[in-house]
Amino acid sequence: MNDTPEIFQEIKDLIANNDVVLFMKGTAILPQCGFSGFVAQVLKRLNVPFKDINVLERNDIRQGIKDYTNWPTIPQLYVKGEFIGGADIVRDMLKSGELVQLFEKQGLGTLADNPLTTA
Amino acid sequence: MAIAQEEIKALIIKQLPDAKVDLVPLKEGNDHYQATVISSAFKGLGRLQQHRLVYQALEGILHSTLHAFSLKTELLAEKDPIHE
Repeated sequence: MNDTPEIFQEIKDLIANNDVVLFMKGTAILPQCGFSGFVAQVLKRLNVPFKDINVLERNDIRQGIKDYTNWPTIPQLYVKGEFIGGADIVRDMLKSGELVQLFEKQGLGTLADNPLTTA
Repeated sequence: MAIAQEEIKALIIKQLPDAKVDLVPLKEGNDHYQATVISSAFKGLGRLQQHRLVYQALEGILHSTLHAFSLKTELLAEKDPIHE
């Protein structure tokens, strides 16, 4: 592991300065991986603004975020500084309603007339 | 480099002896899997912690052999008989 304090600080700052951060493969507009694309799509559908960090362009962050979070896979979703999970957990939480609740509680996104959240 | 289903299951069961592991290959090539792991070891743990337990079990292969690993964890209900 060759993470530098600078990388951890950069990650800390990203997470602190943005309500929602998605560390992903590719970009929100052009995801390079199905799992990453899925989480980006969920955030867009829930109207949750987020900062996308393309780890494919930053190898240091790609490894750094795995060490920082102690989580071996990408994508990684952070909401208000807290690690929520990867694609599997996001999918689970979306199904159970917990994800929408989480964003509601944090004052993020919109629920009105959203096919994802209405029965 | 690919890894056989049996090896993945064995690694998980080594860490979580009562685990029921269901593995579905997502692609040809034995390096993309979808796994469902059911174990009583997940009791009292949130999703993140449950997943971390499984990731710990696979530590040796996660960064090298497994390319994509989709995970679902469930708590083994106490009333289910494990060995009988």
